[in-house]
Amino acid sequence: MLRWWMAGAGAEELRLGRPKRCTIHLGILPLIVFALVFFGYGFGSHRSQELGDSEAVTRMVYAQPKVLTPSRKDVLVLTPWLAPIIWEGTFNIDILNEQFRLQNTTVGLTVFAIKKYVVFLKLFLETAEQQFMVGHKVIYYVFTDCPADVPQVPLGAGRKLVVLTVRNYTRWQDVSMHRMEMISRFSEQRFLHEVDYLVCADVDMKFSDHVGVEILSALFGTLHPGFYSSSREAFTYERRPESQAYIPWDEGDFYYMGAFFGGSVVEVYHLTKACHQAIVQDMANGIEAVWHDESHLNKYLLHHKPTKVLSPEYMWDQQLLGWPSIMKKLRYVAVPKNHQAIRN
Amino acid sequence: MDLRGRPKRCSLHFGILPFIVFALVFFGYGFVSHRSQELGTPGAMTRVAVGELDVQEVVALSRMVYAQPKALTPSRKDVLVLTPWLAPIIWEGTFNIDILNEQFRLQNTTVGLTVFAIKKYVVFLKLFLETAEQHFMVGHKVIYYVFTDRPADVPQVPLGAGRKLVVLTVRNYTRWQDVSMHRMEMISRFSEQRFLHEVDYLVCADVDMKFSDHVGVEILSALFGTLHPGFYSSSREAFTYERRPKSQAYIPRDEGDFYYMGAFFGGSVVEVYRLTKACHQAMVEDKANGIEAVWHDESHLNKYLLYHKPTKVLSPEYMWDQQLLGWPSIMKKLRYVAVPKNHQAIRN
Repeated sequence: MLRWWMAGAGAEELRLGRPKRCTIHLGILPLIVFALVFFGYGFGSHRSQELGDSEAVTRMVYAQPKVLTPSRKDVLVLTPWLAPIIWEGTFNIDILNEQFRLQNTTVGLTVFAIKKYVVFLKLFLETAEQQFMVGHKVIYYVFTDCPADVPQVPLGAGRKLVVLTVRNYTRWQDVSMHRMEMISRFSEQRFLHEVDYLVCADVDMKFSDHVGVEILSALFGTLHPGFYSSSREAFTYERRPESQAYIPWDEGDFYYMGAFFGGSVVEVYHLTKACHQAIVQDMANGIEAVWHDESHLNKYLLHHKPTKVLSPEYMWDQQLLGWPSIMKKLRYVAVPKNHQAIRN
Repeated sequence: MDLRGRPKRCSLHFGILPFIVFALVFFGYGFVSHRSQELGTPGAMTRVAVGELDVQEVVALSRMVYAQPKALTPSRKDVLVLTPWLAPIIWEGTFNIDILNEQFRLQNTTVGLTVFAIKKYVVFLKLFLETAEQHFMVGHKVIYYVFTDRPADVPQVPLGAGRKLVVLTVRNYTRWQDVSMHRMEMISRFSEQRFLHEVDYLVCADVDMKFSDHVGVEILSALFGTLHPGFYSSSREAFTYERRPKSQAYIPRDEGDFYYMGAFFGGSVVEVYRLTKACHQAMVEDKANGIEAVWHDESHLNKYLLYHKPTKVLSPEYMWDQQLLGWPSIMKKLRYVAVPKNHQAIRN
């Protein structure tokens, strides 16, 4: 826009004044004022962020943290690159809520309900209303090929739902993998301007306990409940070097679940774009990673360390795994489904 | 609305045009560069907007081989390694320095280390700088900012590659408490004028100390404070916060997370600027109200960090006095330690 303006007006200027050009100037003045305000807003607000006032929490009363008393003695709560691993007992939700409310944080929750998976939406959304980011601004982004089948779920204040109509795919693996493409595309086009953080979740699940701002950071992944106690050699990474998702036996921090990841819009954009490009590359090379988008997610998070890691409290299947003592809360859990019937 | 062109008015417009162009470019730069920072190219380093909670960049690492972290095996069973607001507390055993070094080198991180050597305190500079050369941010770009009223007495210490020293000449004060407190003013002023353009992170340290073990990028984040070695096991009622409500540094008995030491704090330049400016303003306010906080700049630092939670907290490994406190088993390393000094003589 800047270049256009300069080419238009500037080119005229060097000739002698003529009535025509003066009227152009008059007409341009409001435009100039508008442009200055428009550009100035970005500059002014950006710069004032530079040396401005950071948000301070107000007086709060809570139990003193004790330096000689670990919050959890049974689990790792910090990765070797100093990202917190979120377990019950590690955080004070009141302090965190205050910090995030002061920033007027808006969280986007993406969920895909393609073909028969629309049947999961009602319970997913109803339980999200009870447990997910309560007290904060939320936008549900429901990707579906059947917009008419999206249920009407009453939403609390400051929460809204957006239906995004997309195409489906015949193979469930393709439905799963193309989520990466769709999230990256909508991140750039829409999410960047509407939310601060994105949470990308599977739909065949329900929220059974608090899932809040403790999970938010630049980039987070979730420990797969089947592998949190496994050695890295047992992780079901893609092991064929021909695939972009390939991880050698002597590498790997954790096995992350494809069903729950997120971060800032910028970082989720980078992750989903990279995964989509890797999936496309694999397709061109005639290979499909063993666990599809999850394999690519694991490759990405190995080389781009997440800034928070969620414990399996945030991704559980009580039917398969019961309720071990290590799990103080089951927050986001699988809903029983007939795999054959639902994937068609 | 004069439709008839006249040279005079048109020449007025001529004059304004370059100005308008300049203004648009000047304002536009901020807007366009802010927006284009937003998405960037995949794999490129994207900065989360300044002023947000986490000043993080997620960078792409190459292949590294190291022991697998185990989800069921805490790194430390004897100490708290995460604050209730999810800031890491840095103890030996909690971090893999190879991963961290890689992450920070990929961002070409430059660290500024500020130190004040006023009047007789210049005598501490040589050991401070020599040991910093051995232990502080080795492998990364470092700028030492030595604030002094005696520039001629700053020793010539050989520096490694990518490391330089800048002498900043400042005034002294008669009372040692004023010397200590005015560091806040000076750091805030130089942060805005200079540090913002030269370094990514600032570490603000006392000079009567030496580095005795590794102090590296594990400490870097938006804002960090260090646990005072005398209070890490105390109840908050015993913390020597300022307790008089009249002072800006006042903290009530039922508040307080930790007691932080004034001798070692830091963060991004922006956050250190905010902290030091706020502390300086609070001290000016106190002075106008005829009160001086019990532990001077340290009292104000503690007030600030109570309401602006740090994003990392350093364990007392990073602030120790072996003469006073020995070497308890909980301390796997003593990294930055007091140098014995004659308080009477040195403060004059």
